[in-house]
Amino acid sequence: MSASPLIEIKDLRIRFHGDDGRVTHAVDSVDLSVANGATLGLVGESGCGKSVTSLAIMGLLPKQSAEITGAIRFDGFDLLKTPDQTLRDLRGNRLAMIFQEPMTSLNPSFTIGDQIIETILRHRGGSRRSARERAIELLRRVHIPSPERRIDEYPHKLSGGMRQRVMIAMALACDPRLLIADEPTTALDVTLQAQILELMRELKAASGAAIILITHDLGVVAEVCDEVAVMYAGEIVERAPVDELFAMPQHPYTVGLLGSIPRLDHRAEQLATIEGMVPNMAQPPAGCRFSARCPFVLDACTEAPPPLVEVSPGHLSRCIRAPLELLVS
Amino acid sequence: MALLEVEGLVKHFVAGRSLFGRALGHVKAVDGVSFSLDAGKTLALVGESGCGKSTVSRLVLRLIEPDAGTVRFAGRDLLSLDAGALRAFRREAQIIFQDPYASLNPRMTVGQILTEPLALHDLVPPAQRRERVAEILRLVGLEPRLERRYPHEFSGGQRQRIAIARALAVEPKLIICDEPVSALDVSIRSQILNLLRELQDRLGLAYIFVSHDLAVVKHIADHVAVMNLGQIVETAEADALFAAPRHPYSRALLSAIPVPKPRAKRSRIVLQGEIPSALSPPPGCRFHTRCPYVVDRCRSEMPQLVPDGIGHATACHRTSELPSSAAIVPSDGGFSPVLEKLVAAFSGGPEAVRGSGVSPLGTDPA
Repeated sequence: MSASPLIEIKDLRIRFHGDDGRVTHAVDSVDLSVANGATLGLVGESGCGKSVTSLAIMGLLPKQSAEITGAIRFDGFDLLKTPDQTLRDLRGNRLAMIFQEPMTSLNPSFTIGDQIIETILRHRGGSRRSARERAIELLRRVHIPSPERRIDEYPHKLSGGMRQRVMIAMALACDPRLLIADEPTTALDVTLQAQILELMRELKAASGAAIILITHDLGVVAEVCDEVAVMYAGEIVERAPVDELFAMPQHPYTVGLLGSIPRLDHRAEQLATIEGMVPNMAQPPAGCRFSARCPFVLDACTEAPPPLVEVSPGHLSRCIRAPLELLVS
Repeated sequence: MALLEVEGLVKHFVAGRSLFGRALGHVKAVDGVSFSLDAGKTLALVGESGCGKSTVSRLVLRLIEPDAGTVRFAGRDLLSLDAGALRAFRREAQIIFQDPYASLNPRMTVGQILTEPLALHDLVPPAQRRERVAEILRLVGLEPRLERRYPHEFSGGQRQRIAIARALAVEPKLIICDEPVSALDVSIRSQILNLLRELQDRLGLAYIFVSHDLAVVKHIADHVAVMNLGQIVETAEADALFAAPRHPYSRALLSAIPVPKPRAKRSRIVLQGEIPSALSPPPGCRFHTRCPYVVDRCRSEMPQLVPDGIGHATACHRTSELPSSAAIVPSDGGFSPVLEKLVAAFSGGPEAVRGSGVSPLGTDPA
């Protein structure tokens, strides 16, 4: 990481207050930073807090029920203390997001052109004609064939892959500094996934924007990320440069994740499984949150929450048994 | 004799009608598909959305009626069965769907869900049904006492186990798995894959496995049929296909598999252009609009699926002229020895590998 990261998250905590008075600890003491031009992968399974973290960055969590503490520094702002009006100026401008479902995140009653042009006019102003020209240019950049014609089509006329490309075009409309992509390829076929990942790499190279890629697919992470943060039950349990994480994971949960993916090179009779269930986040366990499912658990693990410590330079793990290679040598 | 033999299957859906009920167009969902499957084996159908793989699986069960072709199951012609015989056939072939949230009736307890097929086919005398339900639940790694619960009380992985249990209740010979793990998290996915495999070994089940996740297919399938726009373009043993795919479409698919290894060696083929519509598939080879190796002949003449004599068949005019595909499938290089040991230790070590991820799943889903 360079001296001044583009975005820096410090001790982010998010709690949801339910109608029944229950408090769910969705995110706890998350520290993250992303440098200009870097791609951070945020990995974890359903409910681990990865999407909630990204919504907090965008300021899209409901104010009534979500209690957010900590700091999110971006481009000179603390996003958690920024007034709504300023946030609206940032969103879609310097801060952009692509959601998982291209089917539901486009408005079906406007043409794709209208939707891109709206973003450009809102943030950049200028004439409608120049905005339209820019929209066509953006569609061309995301490799939509004959953009001059496509721009006047409604979302239902486009395939899933095309809609996702329209979403990307819209996110790029104002040259964002930070792009958050929440499972951008999950709903897509492997051939389209390859196209979209290629496109994201191209755009990063061209614009130098930073990307936070949220996914549960470790294959996608290996393809496009520079650094990875693994989340489990609202906490970051491991953070490392991508090569290191895949070469020698330092948290048992990451080991389990890697072992549970079918490999192409090697036909295992049995895949690794992670037994048990995620803890109830209304009453998180006192010690390590993974301890109930961890085969390497010690008594000490259940007594106090383990800190996130540096195992080797740049490689952090929230496990008191790290370095894990000592367990098998 | 093969358990299932499918010959020249065709299904065209009507894509809208005129005011007078005349068909305006047909979606050629399945257009001349043939394959066979032996007892106890797994055939995977792969291809992009809309290639017809799910339609094939429904035609095989006669959940929808084909326009042409034959389906023979254990020697019987399925399409000639009357309603009674068809119902008896349903005992022998079952299906598991992708979404375990939508495929279980929320108003029935697990016990009721599992008892229904037993009663429907009159398999077990009423007095012994509870015992049989308990047995089936144990088979899929759930505790028998869970039979009183409703589907909403279970996690996605547990629900998929219930769906598998329901399919197993009638002791089928064939189960069609339509994207059975696509909706599940990575760690749960591996539990279900292990379970499916263990059940196959134990009960001699045949599977038709429909999936777009090719690493999963490599893991579970014996044979693979690659489909594009309603037709099989290549079929082979899974190992042979993944070692050297021949059809340009299979090459593109397999080259695009993301592997969990940074900077993996790969020669990815990124297909240009959109998938043509199944309403009006292009003439000649249906892949020619996206094929990097296209020649004039491909635009006019439809290639036939030509077997090579050792179980690998390809539908491409240029099969023999194409460059070697040995390096097409990306390599993930496997784990380092230390990581290999660590993963084994995580799973309980090679001696203590626990079957099917059967575990104390009776804990309350939070």
